[in-house]
Amino acid sequence: MSGPQDPTGAEIVIRALKDHGVRHIFGYPGGAVLPIYDALFQDEGIEHILVRHEQGATHAAEGYARSTGKPGVVLVTSGPGATNAVTGLTDALMDSIPLVCITGQVPTHLIGMDAFQEADTVGITRPCTKHNWLVRDVRDLPRIMHEAFYIATTGRPGPVVIDIPKDVQFKRAPYVGPSNIKHKTYQPRVKGDLKKIEQAVEMIAAAKRPVFYTGGGVINSGPLATQLLREFVRTTGYPITSTLMGLGAYPASDKQWLGMLGMHGTYEANLAMHGCDLMIAIGSRFDDRVTGRLDAFSPNSKKIHVDIDPSSINKNVRADVGIVGDCAFVLEDMIRLWKAKQLKPDRSALSAWNMQIDGWRARNCLAYKQSTDVIKPQYAIERLYELTKGRDTYISTEVGQHQMWAAQFYRFEEPKRWMTSGGLGTMGYGLPAAVGIQVAHPGSLVIDIAGEASVQMTMQEISTAVQFDLPIKIFILNNRYMGMVRQWQQLLHGGRYSHSYSEALPDFVKLAEAYGAVGIRATKPDELDDKIKDMISVNRPVLFDCVVDQNENCFPMIPSGAAHNEMILGDAANDPAVTEAGKVMV
Amino acid sequence: MSKQPGSAYFLVDTKAKEIRTTLSVLVDNEAGVLARVIGLFSGRGYNIESLTVAEVDHLDHTSRITIVTSGTPEVLEQIRHQLERLVPVHKVVDLSTETPGIEREMALIKVAGAGEKRVEAMRLSEVFRARILDTTHSSFVFELTGSQQKIDAFVDLMKPLGLVEVSRTGVVAISRGAEAM
Ligand SMILES: Cc1ncc(C[n+]2csc(CCOP(=O)(O)OP(=O)(O)O)c2C)c(N)n1
Ligand SMILES: [Mg+2]
Repeated sequence: MSGPQDPTGAEIVIRALKDHGVRHIFGYPGGAVLPIYDALFQDEGIEHILVRHEQGATHAAEGYARSTGKPGVVLVTSGPGATNAVTGLTDALMDSIPLVCITGQVPTHLIGMDAFQEADTVGITRPCTKHNWLVRDVRDLPRIMHEAFYIATTGRPGPVVIDIPKDVQFKRAPYVGPSNIKHKTYQPRVKGDLKKIEQAVEMIAAAKRPVFYTGGGVINSGPLATQLLREFVRTTGYPITSTLMGLGAYPASDKQWLGMLGMHGTYEANLAMHGCDLMIAIGSRFDDRVTGRLDAFSPNSKKIHVDIDPSSINKNVRADVGIVGDCAFVLEDMIRLWKAKQLKPDRSALSAWNMQIDGWRARNCLAYKQSTDVIKPQYAIERLYELTKGRDTYISTEVGQHQMWAAQFYRFEEPKRWMTSGGLGTMGYGLPAAVGIQVAHPGSLVIDIAGEASVQMTMQEISTAVQFDLPIKIFILNNRYMGMVRQWQQLLHGGRYSHSYSEALPDFVKLAEAYGAVGIRATKPDELDDKIKDMISVNRPVLFDCVVDQNENCFPMIPSGAAHNEMILGDAANDPAVTEAGKVMV
Repeated sequence: MSKQPGSAYFLVDTKAKEIRTTLSVLVDNEAGVLARVIGLFSGRGYNIESLTVAEVDHLDHTSRITIVTSGTPEVLEQIRHQLERLVPVHKVVDLSTETPGIEREMALIKVAGAGEKRVEAMRLSEVFRARILDTTHSSFVFELTGSQQKIDAFVDLMKPLGLVEVSRTGVVAISRGAEAM
């Protein structure tokens, strides 16, 4: 069947990657993947980014994927290489990010023998991938490689793992190209049911207090979905909010934009969700950080839910009309039917609804007390936004208060500019994600808005950035606390600050220098602008230690399990009543 | 939902009514497919009351998995969609609510004893139409096919008569009428 002229398994991997247009891979070598590294060495077409920890490779690939719309590719060795990748795979599964992760495995005859660096990789990664394969026969490898890309990138995207034993990497088999990949059982549905779409547009036209609630699915679907969403939202004139993952699909500067919703969403977005009579959910999944207490979630509304994943519909919240399909296809049909039926929104109802919303906006829920001697974290993000907004900028974040402030105060006008760990909430995501984004967009400004605790989880990837001349900017809101943990302890655990203080912090400026990067520190509000400008103008990786108010809390906040109208606002917001209610809850 | 004293946490205690259902799942018989199905149930906290699996088409390499599960109607809908999301799954049919189905289970039941008890076990096995697969002077192995309840009833009757052990296949099911699943 196979002859000496056929490629080896390792060569098949490289050929398949190239056939799928892969230009960059993120990886770390080891015994069980050496044949693939050898094939990589002898090949010119693919650039390998050597990370410092396999978790970093997965997050870098996520950043790469989300900022480009292309799959991110990871290459790691067996055993510890594979287990280190698990966090990133889980993160990608939760946030629907296409990753193809190739893991080396011990030779087939050693599987099950507790061989050196053996781990049951397909077993371990089964629940954190969309699908995975152990390749036992090199003849299956071309097909599996192509299937892997197909499954990772279509339907609801997600991570896949291909586990390749070392002997399979050496064996030879004919290579078969990726033309017309079809799968027996996996056939995602992209077109929505027209009858339901028709029913939906009629409900949309008849609504008195409608709101669009969109999510990461719109961004995953691609630029067309974003364009159609904008068109439809403007045609109807209805207000729109989005999840953390959906930011940028609709421009933050637009007057119909309500800001983000959910646990740290705006007052107007959450109250519009609570008080609406029609919710139009597109590519969003009613996550508990969005809905709050389920039995009090938007009690008087009908819900239309568009999602590519049938299991998302009716999972947490019952949809009155559930439409399975790709957002772009469904939106296209919605717009077409809206026009064909010459539907019009109810203008007078809409203006009453907008007035009510304006009342909520007037509470100015994001207001905070400014200070002249300490940098307020919100102010730092506001300045960062003002000083970078005209540029070609990509933002990633770690997880915590800084992440929520970034979502609230950095304003996104375009999709794929905002990379954050939403579903899994992985501290340590942002720095390696920035590495991946910068690899994909060498000329752009890439900033990781970080916390001093999170950034230490994957700090070593700054070394990757230095090695590959990736001028990423790590903007640390250093509050010397695991701020989000401290906030919960203050509000929900009687102020008992159990292990949330960031002890023994490194000197981030010296740390940057030790890595061969640039360190900058700002401690006073009046020096912030100049230092941010310095950061932007350096064409090297920067660790920016922005020393901020230690005790600032992130508001608004809906405590876990509370309802949308039980929001706690900050003292600076114009709403004494709710603040009192908030105090009662503590 | 209840509110814990002195805190803003809400703890959910749901006691919604659960129903039992039988699912037929047609899958590609590839390595790990059963682990995917079982992992899905344990990972998402779904119940498995019974699960059977065997290859049903040796050319196409498809297997049929029959799962008896229980949950609220919402959970049962989720189970179905989550199963359909697994890549090697061809089709999922609910044989309790969607299309009427027939269910059977087989059991092998070992009973040991002498005298009156032995005669009584033998007599009851005839009532239940069990077959005797193995006999010694002091024991029987019965084969019994039927609904889960029928097997439960027989096993209960055997307990005072010298029940030694039971081996059950779990439920297999198929829809009524001319159509395939
Ligand atoms: C890997 C991981 N471990 C623990 C947590 C729980 N957690 C959420 S936010 C947070 C604190 C983050 O602190 P920091 O990075 O300094 O951000 P801040 O909230 O202070 O802005 C922790 C520990 C998490 N999200 N991820
Ligand atoms: Mg912090």
